[in-house]
Amino acid sequence: MTLLLDDPTEDAPAEGVQEQDAPRSVDPGLGRVDKTFRFTVRGIGMFVLVMTVAIGGFLGWQATHTYHDYGLKFFYGTTFDPSRNLFQIAPILLGTVEVALVALAVGFPIALMTALFITEYAPSRLKSPLIALVDMMAAVPSVIVGVWAVKWLQDRAIFTTRWISQNLGWIPIFHVDGDIDAASNTWQINFIGSVAIAGLVVGLMIVPLACSVMRGVFDLAPLSEREAAYALGSTKWGMIRTVVIPFGRGGIIGGTMLALGRALGETVAVLLIITNDDTPKIQVLSGGTDTISAMIASQFGNAHQGQLAAYLTAGFVLFVMTIAVNTVAAIFVNRSRSGAGVDV
Amino acid sequence: MSESPEITQTLQRPARTVVPVSGEHVGSPLVARPIGRRTLDDRASLVGSLLAALAITWLVYERMLAFGGYVGFAVCWWLTFIIVYTFVSASSHPWVEVKDRLAGVIVASGASIIALVLGCMVVFVFLKGWPALHHWNFYTQDMTGVSPLDPLSKGGISHALVGSAIEVGIAVLVALPLGIGTAVYMSEVGGRAAKLVRTVVEAMTALPDILAGLFVYTVLIVGLHWDRTGLSAALALVVTMVPIVARSAEVTLRVVPGGLREASWALGASQWQTVWRVVLPTARSGLTTALILGIARVSGETAPLLIVSGSSTYFNANPLSQPMNSLPLFIYGNVRGVQDENILARGYGAAAVLLTVVLILFTLARFVARPRSGSR
Repeated sequence: MTLLLDDPTEDAPAEGVQEQDAPRSVDPGLGRVDKTFRFTVRGIGMFVLVMTVAIGGFLGWQATHTYHDYGLKFFYGTTFDPSRNLFQIAPILLGTVEVALVALAVGFPIALMTALFITEYAPSRLKSPLIALVDMMAAVPSVIVGVWAVKWLQDRAIFTTRWISQNLGWIPIFHVDGDIDAASNTWQINFIGSVAIAGLVVGLMIVPLACSVMRGVFDLAPLSEREAAYALGSTKWGMIRTVVIPFGRGGIIGGTMLALGRALGETVAVLLIITNDDTPKIQVLSGGTDTISAMIASQFGNAHQGQLAAYLTAGFVLFVMTIAVNTVAAIFVNRSRSGAGVDV
Repeated sequence: MSESPEITQTLQRPARTVVPVSGEHVGSPLVARPIGRRTLDDRASLVGSLLAALAITWLVYERMLAFGGYVGFAVCWWLTFIIVYTFVSASSHPWVEVKDRLAGVIVASGASIIALVLGCMVVFVFLKGWPALHHWNFYTQDMTGVSPLDPLSKGGISHALVGSAIEVGIAVLVALPLGIGTAVYMSEVGGRAAKLVRTVVEAMTALPDILAGLFVYTVLIVGLHWDRTGLSAALALVVTMVPIVARSAEVTLRVVPGGLREASWALGASQWQTVWRVVLPTARSGLTTALILGIARVSGETAPLLIVSGSSTYFNANPLSQPMNSLPLFIYGNVRGVQDENILARGYGAAAVLLTVVLILFTLARFVARPRSGSR
């Protein structure tokens, strides 16, 4: 020890004894390579940050133009007609929310049941294939889901939606105008391209996302508490109800909200299914609706220079909605998981 | 559980002292009941209820009410099954167990919906696409000078295939360094700014893809007066791909054991050497998975392309000039509002090709990411 400590004293220039006693910095600082490395990586991170923030900032900045041109009526007016230069997105906003809510109504129970089945019921050798299956569902491009939905599913689903409107038509949201009992196929036109069918398809598409978040949380439910429930004589369902679901509540809520965010922004599948109709209506079974993303995708090409800002502002509204929903979701998910990453 | 017949008999007998005979099984059943396995009663009531429900549904739905349609039949069968199963279970079991059985059945049927949907989708796309898929020219020719109404023995999707490959290739070349660089920044360098980056990136993974297209369109095409070329389409894909790759790569880097990093530092390696020689190689399979899943996601991306990329019918391998077609756009254009058989068949064929590519990429990703022993 003395030897080691002696070394620097011998090398140090003989200036004074008090200098030798001053504590030597343990941290050698960063080498030049590391400085370059950190600089580069930080630069990349900042670039991505700027790029992503720029999207939001840019869209938000366009909103001021729109406000200037169309006023606040842009948000609450009910006439959307680009050919007359009337941009009032309330009906489209309504359609977006309706599709997302129907999607949640379909997707949430399926996702919850799938997650429970995979974590609790499935035999252990089936688990991994099942997880692969659900993830594969997430990998199917939305244009293919849309094609399948519009060419196969819709022709079958309209029978169900007609049945609902025939029997529950007195509830306003299930009411459908037109001759829905016609013997020939003319009734079908009233049901094609409705919010319900678009929501059904989007609901199926968001299942994998919600399911993988829920599964991640259910897997973390402590084994000791599960066994405690069994030891008290609980059945499997009793155990799930009292241990797994309360433990995973944050993940259930968070996963559902993440799925809601995805549902709000889904474009191509919705665009393929819906019949374009920009009047506000709450009848979800009746054909014709519009969502922000589908509207942008289908009409953006026809827009002339002065109208671009209006579309960008509609995009900004969608952006704010998704970001808000996702942030809340992230808070729930992060609170519920303990360190381990949930791989989505 | 129900009382066994032996117990019932014992209870009915008048009370008197019985001297147990050695070797004989007396009174209560001492045989261990297998736990966690289905008993004969479990299986019989399940199968019996299914058959009974099928019979009832067939009789009422098909014969008496004369409804039609497979979906309605299946739904009615399922509902009847639930009711029958409830009664069958309730006849011999306490309510707690009835609830348990019902929950199991309902959860399982909810999960099977996903399998049904996926299977149905794949079968549908391949069946419908088959007329186009079995022509060789479908893969080798483009649509130059071919009317969309021409028979399937003429024209093909090679222009869309090449366009997709080039656009996705460029997107990967740009997005991979950006994504992994961001992930390294978030997990290795850290700091307050890195937290901000992480928050923003997480929020952006769920960014509606159409907005990326909107942004790129307005900046590049309206702002900088670019043309609608393959490059601008590729850049729109980059915007959607970077957050996906960055996020999943960061998840992978975070699980690299800290001990490995510390060992590297203890040996005197710089941080750069540690990242390059230790962290990235350790996370290699996870990073590959992140990349492949990113590619799979981006190759099916349609919404941004609808805005940014023009479509074309001819072969174009130059991303800098002239529009390029791509598989998702080709599918969309051929299916949207079209009734003609040949146009539709080409759309389905292209969908089948795209689906095959995506599923192969996906399987590859699963294969690369096989959990090594010890990892979660």
